[in-house]
Amino acid sequence: MSNVKRLAMLGITKQYPGCKANDEVFLDIEHGEIHALLGENGAGKSTLMKMLYGVVKPDSGSIIWNGKPVSIDQPSVARGLGIGMVFQHFSLFETLTVSENIALVLGDQAGNSKTLAHRIKATSERYGMPLDPDRRISSLSTGERQRVEIVRCLLLNLQLLILDEPTSVLTPQEVDNLFKTLRQLTKEGCSVLFISHKLHEVTELCDSATILRAGKVTGHCKPKDETSESIARMMVGEDIAISNECRRSLGTEVFADIKGLSTTSTGQFDVALKNISLQVKRGEIVGIAGIAGNGQEELLKALSGEDIHPNSQSITFAGTAIDQLTPLQRRRLGLAFVPEDRLGRGAVPDLDLCDNALLTSFDSGLVKNGFLRHTKIVELADKIIKKYKVKTTGNHDSAASLSGGNLQKFIVGREIDQEPNFLLMSHPTWGVDIGAQVAIHDAILQLRDRGCAILIVSEDLDELYKISDRLGAICDGKVSHFLAPEALPLVKLGQWMAGDFDTEATATSEIIAPSIPTTAADNEGILQHD
Amino acid sequence: MIKLVPRVQASAKWGYLSPVLAVFLTLIASSILFMALGKDPVEALYTFFISPIANWYGVTELLVVAIPILLCAYGLALCYRASIWNIGAEGQLLTGAVVGTVMALQFVDSSSVWAMPLTLIAGMVGGMICSGISAFLNLRLNCNETLVTIMMNYIALNTLLWAVYGPLKDPNGYNFPESALFGDSTLLPILFEGTRLHIGLLLVVLALVIVWVFMSKTFLGFQIKVLGLDKPAAHMAGYKQKKLAAMVFLASGALAGLAGAVIVTGSTGQLIPAISPGYGYSAIIVAFLGRLHPIGITLAGLLIALLFMGGEMSQMMLNLPRSISGILQGLILFFLLSCDVLIRYRIAFTFKRSGSTATAKN
Repeated sequence: MSNVKRLAMLGITKQYPGCKANDEVFLDIEHGEIHALLGENGAGKSTLMKMLYGVVKPDSGSIIWNGKPVSIDQPSVARGLGIGMVFQHFSLFETLTVSENIALVLGDQAGNSKTLAHRIKATSERYGMPLDPDRRISSLSTGERQRVEIVRCLLLNLQLLILDEPTSVLTPQEVDNLFKTLRQLTKEGCSVLFISHKLHEVTELCDSATILRAGKVTGHCKPKDETSESIARMMVGEDIAISNECRRSLGTEVFADIKGLSTTSTGQFDVALKNISLQVKRGEIVGIAGIAGNGQEELLKALSGEDIHPNSQSITFAGTAIDQLTPLQRRRLGLAFVPEDRLGRGAVPDLDLCDNALLTSFDSGLVKNGFLRHTKIVELADKIIKKYKVKTTGNHDSAASLSGGNLQKFIVGREIDQEPNFLLMSHPTWGVDIGAQVAIHDAILQLRDRGCAILIVSEDLDELYKISDRLGAICDGKVSHFLAPEALPLVKLGQWMAGDFDTEATATSEIIAPSIPTTAADNEGILQHD
Repeated sequence: MIKLVPRVQASAKWGYLSPVLAVFLTLIASSILFMALGKDPVEALYTFFISPIANWYGVTELLVVAIPILLCAYGLALCYRASIWNIGAEGQLLTGAVVGTVMALQFVDSSSVWAMPLTLIAGMVGGMICSGISAFLNLRLNCNETLVTIMMNYIALNTLLWAVYGPLKDPNGYNFPESALFGDSTLLPILFEGTRLHIGLLLVVLALVIVWVFMSKTFLGFQIKVLGLDKPAAHMAGYKQKKLAAMVFLASGALAGLAGAVIVTGSTGQLIPAISPGYGYSAIIVAFLGRLHPIGITLAGLLIALLFMGGEMSQMMLNLPRSISGILQGLILFFLLSCDVLIRYRIAFTFKRSGSTATAKN
């Protein structure tokens, strides 16, 4: 028994039109191990996982499950074998409740709805990710939606859990919890396949790793024996600058000035903003940390104009009151916006990249007398694709056909290229690979140095510490003070994220997750355990 | 076993092939229908689809029928591109005919060159009033646009009936429910001697070009497309959603109203209760059958017009019931919606291979 591997994928090859996504890939997973699958965007990780989960069929190669060859031709077969997967793009029905969504996938295993709700509650609490089975998905934050996906897998008779970039939407505490859950699972004999771009998580959590580059396996390692740098080298290959030290900037005059912004919540689960005051200067990056669903969306929508609050008089852009202005009028004052949802808000899934370039860049000389200037539009799309190294077969690919990170590069590039005065960004590098992260951060920093005011909302604390000039947190619709990252220890930020803004008096660190180290200076190792 | 397998990307090819296949399946299904009615299917199909256009006069009559259908369908396509489910072209057409008639009756004894253009414009205004009410209810009061436009159809029909039985009734018309005959200056000029084909055809060509250019070359057309595909993205990009929606409502109302005015000034020459055998409803089928593309709509409109004529022809020649053309229209839409599955799914034939497929159980 001990010699039989949980899973062996042998010589898997998959050809897509235009690219070989997987080329003779071998992957072994032992019982009860956490195995990392690493690689840049487009390296073929997602394709490999989809074949394992029965979404896509391999052209050649075989899959050995618990010593027996299997053919997994649809996800229900994979689930029958005990394989659960949490995708990067969640597959949940927005209008249904948590338990309805879970019942849909479990099918006969779900049982009646009462016992299922009970099981959901019990399982979710047992693994430290509490869920209310009766809430509708549309009212959940991204982080909470992920819990639904994970709990859905846990309810199966699980032997292998596949997680595609699970930590990118979680707070440090949530990441800790997730890791505890995963370790608990492996102790029970379950194997975990873990896909992440955050290498320090991999070195901390995973027992072994397989590295893919351009569809081929380029290495195996024991992450605990490696450093983030050495693994990154294996992934990226050639000598690209991987880490960059960021210069801080103080900024000049105030561009966006928010004074005492309060809103009333419209939906049942909306968060009301409470007396938010915040200034963003030209030439500085302000970062806001926070756990999903604490008013980030509401704040961004109030700034972008997607939610207009009548009678509000709290926001000015360069001295102009903008509370009652439409999103278009705000864009014309120099606003650009990278929303949290890429497909369906940041980009139209069914339209090609040319049309998606036009989507918000219409004021950049692409329209003349109401008519589209087709050659200019194509030029812009090609320019963004080239400048931000978007991996695609051409400018007529639909946005939906791009991988998450590539689409993000495209959207960020599109907004930055408009040379905005004020750039709003939500999770700028969620799910984006290291090379592209560096490129996006560089582009943001250059934009800042050209005098743009930038506000970034993110749950990735590494990122916020790296590029913010001033950093604070949002909790339950209130914002904290903003301090230079060097003056803001992680523990204090964690307290702020939990809503404990009374910083000077109660700066003791007991309240928040004791597993977080107290020094913030070591950016790479923020989330690392000892 | 036959299975439907999701495609990785929606198939562009099947976007075009699906309507063709739908028409083909309709032909087969209608043959079975004709046989069930005791008719020779070949003869019935000939009567239905060939005999109406077997001569030049038939072709011009086909175009006369197609003109109002096409005008309505171009407008509806604009709405449907914006994902606004306007079912109210029929009502907008009828309102256009009524308001157009009100204008035309001012010119009964006049030879003014303004008579005809003003009547057409009045028709457009009439259609815009009808669709404008729907737009107001939908955009301001958040009423469902499908229900509102359907209900406006009934209101418009009864307004028409009230008008021909009441204020617009010809005082010298022996109490028939008809308006007075329009003056010659109001009637649309005939294009070809000896036919009924009028310059409404030119209006259709003009509408075709304008709608096509609008959809594919202008930023407004692009915004409408984005609005229809992805509302949150349109909102994020700062498009004025309500204005865009109101615009397509009004544009479709204007085109349908124009269709109504063209019928009374081109075909009937007066307002009568039965000016439309459901052109506005057929236009819905035409818009979808034509893939919401102006050229596709033009082809689909000619086909549906042929069904209207074939239905009449089969009544006369084969003693088939009048409802047969409605049934055929329904069949086409039914098959089209069915075939559209192939755009996002492909059919896979899976044969049982012995031994090579392992079972899913451990």
